[in-house]
Amino acid sequence: MQLIVVADGQVVPELPAVARSLASRDEPVEAVAFAGTGVPAGDVAGELGGYGVSRLHVVRHELLDEYGPEAWGSALATVIDWLGPAGVLASASHRDTEVLTHAAARAGLPLATNCVRLAGEEDGSGAWRLTRTRSGGVLLEDAELTAPVKLATVAAAVETPQVPLQPADCEVTESAVDVPPELARTRVAERVASETGLSLSTAPVVVSGGRGVGGAEGFVVLEELAERLGGVVGCSRVATNNGWRPHRDQVGLTGTKIAADLYIACGISGATQHWVGCMDSAAILAINTDPEAPMMQRATYAVEGDVHEVVPAVLAEIRRRADGAAGSGRSGVEEPAPAGSSRR
Amino acid sequence: MDIVVCIKRVPAFGAQVPLTDDGLAVDTRHLGFTIGPHEECAVEEAVRLAAAHGGRVTVLTVGPEEAGEQLRYALAMGAHQGVLVDTGTTDLDPEATATAVLAGLADEPAPDLLLFGDASADAGHGQVGVRVALACGLPIVGGVTGIEAESGAVPENGAVAENGAVTENGATLRATRDTPGGTEVFGLSVPAAVAVKEGLNLPRYPTLPGRLKAKKAALRTVTCGPEPGGLRTLGLRRPADDRAGAIPLGRGADAAPAVVDVLAELGKV
Repeated sequence: MQLIVVADGQVVPELPAVARSLASRDEPVEAVAFAGTGVPAGDVAGELGGYGVSRLHVVRHELLDEYGPEAWGSALATVIDWLGPAGVLASASHRDTEVLTHAAARAGLPLATNCVRLAGEEDGSGAWRLTRTRSGGVLLEDAELTAPVKLATVAAAVETPQVPLQPADCEVTESAVDVPPELARTRVAERVASETGLSLSTAPVVVSGGRGVGGAEGFVVLEELAERLGGVVGCSRVATNNGWRPHRDQVGLTGTKIAADLYIACGISGATQHWVGCMDSAAILAINTDPEAPMMQRATYAVEGDVHEVVPAVLAEIRRRADGAAGSGRSGVEEPAPAGSSRR
Repeated sequence: MDIVVCIKRVPAFGAQVPLTDDGLAVDTRHLGFTIGPHEECAVEEAVRLAAAHGGRVTVLTVGPEEAGEQLRYALAMGAHQGVLVDTGTTDLDPEATATAVLAGLADEPAPDLLLFGDASADAGHGQVGVRVALACGLPIVGGVTGIEAESGAVPENGAVAENGAVTENGATLRATRDTPGGTEVFGLSVPAAVAVKEGLNLPRYPTLPGRLKAKKAALRTVTCGPEPGGLRTLGLRRPADDRAGAIPLGRGADAAPAVVDVLAELGKV
């Protein structure tokens, strides 16, 4: 059996495909969820059935009603012991990864995190050949996982295997599970809902500043540009280390990884630590005085120049065109610049 | 509050990550080394907690002899002693690293708080803290960006604190972390383990006297050759980079119209 872990209630479509590709012909793909997930088991089962998962095991215990990494990890280790799956897969989400890590430690099993490719070893050894990301994705690691039960978390960027998934009736089986009472010690004691509105990780546009911004006050024009473009402000590690911006604004390996429609890097050289945080954005505009800076080479668009000159000029141009557009119905107002014009 | 902080020696990359000819490791001949950013915050937090509540800070690392450099940096930040678990390499799988950490902890007095970085800056498995804490019988919470300690808040043995934490020796920790669903708060009674993330604090730069003192400090060295675990690295490679190179939009303020054209094309203005 290949087992899929659904710790946060989200069914990731890639997981059943990866699990099926790792399973032998008649080997079932089943799933395990926790009663405290907050998503009705029937809904999860319905979704899983569409991907050919034949059974959903829902584990119950009063300590699982609220999230706790140790309690949930212990419950999963117990389920792994009961079911004896050949492989256990979870998404690379925060909670899925944490539960699988705790279960691996408790079961004394190895675990491969952040896998982008998984395949059975061709020599029939039952080992898995896998590729995982390192250093935030700047490197790929090819590895071999050998264990009686193989555990892996699967990154969103996984290569989805082309395997036919026969929809199945996914049967829900509820089971009580023992959880050591002392594991109440790491249950979430209090929750504060995240602020609504745009966040760094979800904003369509991020205007980010680094060393070239020069100080906290230099971010004022970046704020204005972000607001104009319906986005938020980000920054590099240099900016947080200098106290110019709070750490929650930091884009990078040790900050937030983003995948914006447009990322504007102002005065950011583009060291690896930063690049891995923004490289998944659809378009990147770099503004830097140094044309040789890595960010200027790797971006989609590059402007050579000082942030303090370029950004205000861009804002002025946006305002000019907006005024022009607003005024075009009236008489005596300057014409908007034709698209594609470049005034030098 | 006696604290042990586990840190890792990692290469300090620039924009490129060079690999050895056999593709088995990062070519570090021309790179400097550093403490991972998460772990640097762990050292800073430990130094602050010890200053506020008393106690000693021990830094522990697993790696080659040269990893003493990172221990000395942490000593210069204010840690009191260093333990080097000499495995000859930092390229161990997470199970083997956990075994090596435990070998280093074996002769240390049990700490009140065991700190880790959430994941190393290079391999990034994010497992060692959980494996070590479990082996030590300690609770662990990861991804933490806020720690508040209340020493002596609950004097009674075994009393249950308001937050549900069972307190045994009177000190509780309030650990907070940001998750996609919001902020989660945990109440931990010491002894406990916490894996922290950058953003917890702003690490200090070592002072010159601190550096000089750290240079002369004696490190305790434990030699360890842990059994490999089930995850074996076969090689490293760089992902294919299909970016075509940047389209130049001009120089200085004169580039503004071309920039706004692009913004318009992308539907952002």
